[in-house]
Amino acid sequence: MAARRMSSLLSSSTTSTLLRSLGNYAGRGNGTSRFSTAAALEEPITPPVTIEHTKLLINGQFVDAASGKTFPTLDPRTGQLIANVAEGDIEDVNRAVAAARKAFDEGPWPRMTAYERSKILLRFADLVEKNADEIAALEAWDNGKPYEQATSDEIPLFIRLFRYYAGWADKIHGLTIQADGPHHVQTLHEPIGVAGQIIPWNFPLLMFSWKVGPALACGNTIVLKTAEQTPLSALYVARLFHEAGLPPGVLNIVSGYGPSAGAALASHMDVDKLAFTGSTQTGKIVLGLAAKSNLKPVTLELGGKSPFIVCEDANVDEAVDLAHAALFYNQGQCCCAGSRTFVHERVYDEFVEKAKARALKRVVGDPFRKGVEQGPQVDSEQFDKILKYIKSGVDSGATLETGGQRFGSNGYYVQPTVFSNVQDDMLIAKDEIFGPVQTILKFKDINEVIRRSNATQFGLAAGVFTQNLDTANTLTRALKAGTVWVNCFDVFDAAIPFGGYKMSGHGREKGIYSLNNYLQVKAVVTHLKNPAWL
Amino acid sequence: MAARRFSGVISRSLSLSLRPLSSSLISQGNRCSLGREVERFSTAAALEEPITPPVRKTFPTLDPRTGEVIANVAEGDAEDIDRAVAAARRAFDEGPWPKMTAYERSRILLRFADLLDKHSDDLAALEAWNSGKPYEQALKIELPTVSRLFRYYAGWADKIHGLTVPADGPYHVQTLHEPIGVAGQIVPWNFPLLMFAWKVGPALATGNTIVLKAAEQTPLTAVYAAKLLHEAGLPPGVLNIVSGYGPTAGAALASHMDVDKIAFTGSTDTGKIVQELAAKSNLKPVTLELGGKSPFIVCEDANIDRAVELAHFALFFNQGQCCAAGSRTFVHERVYDEFVEKAKARALRRKVGDPFQKGIEQGPQIDSEQCEKILRYIKSGIESNATLECGGDRIGSKGYYIQPTVFSNVKDDMLIAQDEIFGPVQTILKFKDVDEVIKRANMTRYGLASGVFTKNIDTANKLTRGLRAGTVWVNCFDVFDAAIPFGGYKMSGIGREKGIYSLHNYLQVKAVVTALENPAWL
Repeated sequence: MAARRMSSLLSSSTTSTLLRSLGNYAGRGNGTSRFSTAAALEEPITPPVTIEHTKLLINGQFVDAASGKTFPTLDPRTGQLIANVAEGDIEDVNRAVAAARKAFDEGPWPRMTAYERSKILLRFADLVEKNADEIAALEAWDNGKPYEQATSDEIPLFIRLFRYYAGWADKIHGLTIQADGPHHVQTLHEPIGVAGQIIPWNFPLLMFSWKVGPALACGNTIVLKTAEQTPLSALYVARLFHEAGLPPGVLNIVSGYGPSAGAALASHMDVDKLAFTGSTQTGKIVLGLAAKSNLKPVTLELGGKSPFIVCEDANVDEAVDLAHAALFYNQGQCCCAGSRTFVHERVYDEFVEKAKARALKRVVGDPFRKGVEQGPQVDSEQFDKILKYIKSGVDSGATLETGGQRFGSNGYYVQPTVFSNVQDDMLIAKDEIFGPVQTILKFKDINEVIRRSNATQFGLAAGVFTQNLDTANTLTRALKAGTVWVNCFDVFDAAIPFGGYKMSGHGREKGIYSLNNYLQVKAVVTHLKNPAWL
Repeated sequence: MAARRFSGVISRSLSLSLRPLSSSLISQGNRCSLGREVERFSTAAALEEPITPPVRKTFPTLDPRTGEVIANVAEGDAEDIDRAVAAARRAFDEGPWPKMTAYERSRILLRFADLLDKHSDDLAALEAWNSGKPYEQALKIELPTVSRLFRYYAGWADKIHGLTVPADGPYHVQTLHEPIGVAGQIVPWNFPLLMFAWKVGPALATGNTIVLKAAEQTPLTAVYAAKLLHEAGLPPGVLNIVSGYGPTAGAALASHMDVDKIAFTGSTDTGKIVQELAAKSNLKPVTLELGGKSPFIVCEDANIDRAVELAHFALFFNQGQCCAAGSRTFVHERVYDEFVEKAKARALRRKVGDPFQKGIEQGPQIDSEQCEKILRYIKSGIESNATLECGGDRIGSKGYYIQPTVFSNVKDDMLIAQDEIFGPVQTILKFKDVDEVIKRANMTRYGLASGVFTKNIDTANKLTRGLRAGTVWVNCFDVFDAAIPFGGYKMSGIGREKGIYSLHNYLQVKAVVTALENPAWL
């Protein structure tokens, strides 16, 4: 049923951004009861997909872990088992890296034309589109995110990203360079080799596309470690990739845990590049392991505590809606969540009232139910952490406007929660909560809000809401953040670079900038005899 | 001689000194001359305010010709790094530097380049004195390259373009390439001023402020150049120089929570430590320029005489103390014997002596530690049965001079073929065919540079693509134009310096996405 609705959404293809479709959801909430239905208490809806792939993917083959070990991947709606998945460890990472090494050093992948690589990426995008319903179901089931969100936002974006990178494959230009003497100088932008990629559980497929897309477009081979919470969808699409013509060994997937498989990949002496998305703490470890082993360059996409700044001249209703989406989207499990909502004092009370009303209208329930905006958190660990932060907010004297409890008694649902009168020094204003907890702070003037926004270890993103051009420009330049969204939020086009200042990360993903992560620059200087010009 | 000239320069430059420099600094500066204490001048001149160090610790910087003290230099430690970073932080957050136009920054860099030219005799003398390199090399090759680099970067300052980006919906998307903030820079002793230029040039052109740690072996020229940069109009606090040691000042800089970026040139082992300190502290992005064991490949069709000369230069230049040194000379078996004979003859002709003497090609190694390390490697080469064609000993008993040394019949598994010796020791290996030499050339943890000598275009292209190295010089070597990017594959480093690529090291990318109301086009 939901599947059918999804395909109609897809075919209309008018939902160019996440927020457009979120707006649709907001409309559909139509003021039902607090936090919507008691869906979470009901029998969970059976997802429209069967699990086919639970093994590791090494050298084009689905294989068991060397140890024969498996780990359970759980349904966040219930905490019950979805499937047992092969648990990769050091030995499996070694096998996967050896396959990727061979595919890079001897295989056809870096030796075929960029046009051929491009066509494989395009065929893959087509295959994902054809199987979009099942892939979205797998993603929603494993992660707990609304099925409609996966179908209408994430899978189309995933496809779009691969078509984007397919277009880059044959446009990797080096430079020719003027010399100070009789030399012909050029730069070659070469694939870097074997890329290790470690992706998180909040957007398993989108993060797959951010990592795999540019690495393959540039001619590299890959060992990808998925998050232990969400191993399923990557295996499914990797099979499609091989159907699209990807040679064996080019993309290897190891499911497993960070301290075992992840650390082995980060430390591996035969991995030429590492890209990691996850927490800042783990990012520091990953970078340390890369430094201690072979100094592989590392791209990091880490945590955030992004300010969402509502100036007094902003359209308050629109700002309330977008601030709500900026925080609550994907159960609040976004690295760039607008998790510090700074509102000008002149509109503060109105904003808080409306934000609370909007949170109360949020439809929480089984992610496979139509119209549901919010599913369960990914697992018990995250769930407990969020409830601890809520308690800390209450204890530190912030005003709990709404929510604050778990939702239902089964699975990992949390009520949409809004705090007002939040002060900068409260834990809920400093730490990344990664859950459906909005914290609304008050500010007086622009310089003050710039200072407070920047007073954080993070610098991932920022939202600015104003009608005033000077205010927009002042904030845009002064905010230390990798993305500034002005009168919008969470616009995630393939061409827009994304990444962090400060401890939110290194490097940029998406856009032309992302190609640098997977290319080495080789300067070639050739002596010239009697050149016609210099 | 040089000392006299230098103290004259100091009083000249101090009369033009910046507003915040106090009279106490000036009088201290006037008193200082080389051979005595320059410590007051050296740290304070480049810091925002002249400050009396609480302990007044100094360390001696030595003349590699004799091992005797040239001067005692203020020894920066964690506390000095804190003060320097605070000055750089304030200069970036509140000072005029990032807020002035790029054109103004550009003109300061151009004025600085002019001052460098004007003072090139003094700077070259100081560089040669402190590092042991031939004065003529410093004067004719290095100083012109330094001013050339600053003019190059001056030209970039007003050409930092962001992009406008096509969107999938009603959005106006642009990227701003912003200065990253306070850059920590750690430079080595082999090319103190050149490395200063590679680091300071792009950082200033892109609007950053700097705390630079000079190598403890060669602290003198950076401070001199920094003085000129202030004369050229650099605002206080934009460039701060701390002389000192790696484990103290260097580690403090790499670990500092208020430093937004670190760039390091030095050994691979130290580079790993720097990267770890950055990871453990605030995750500042790191550029690394590290060691190498670069192959110099002479194919059978190469012009042998020219290859011999360039291979000699590729290895022995700067007493062999180059990260890009062509330190594995692979020669095709058909021309091997002829090559070895001529390489030996060339090495025997090499003029070693006092770097201030005219016509000298090779001075002393930088210090006793390096000198002894090199001699150990030579011993290891002999013990592992490589053929010592010439050299092998130190020259005299005073200072750190080493004979130009050539080994033939070197095998891949010998230590002298694997480790970075960083001295005047050429190792000549034999190869049969191109695929074999590619495999062997790449069998190293390093990937900094390489040289290819052939007349055949297919061979040149095959080697150029097959070698895993950041630079491939074809029928040339050590071409170091400002516009040519330089950096390593594998454990030779991360990132590129020089050229357009170097700007990325000092810029943050900010995507700005603005919602559009009824756009005329998308």
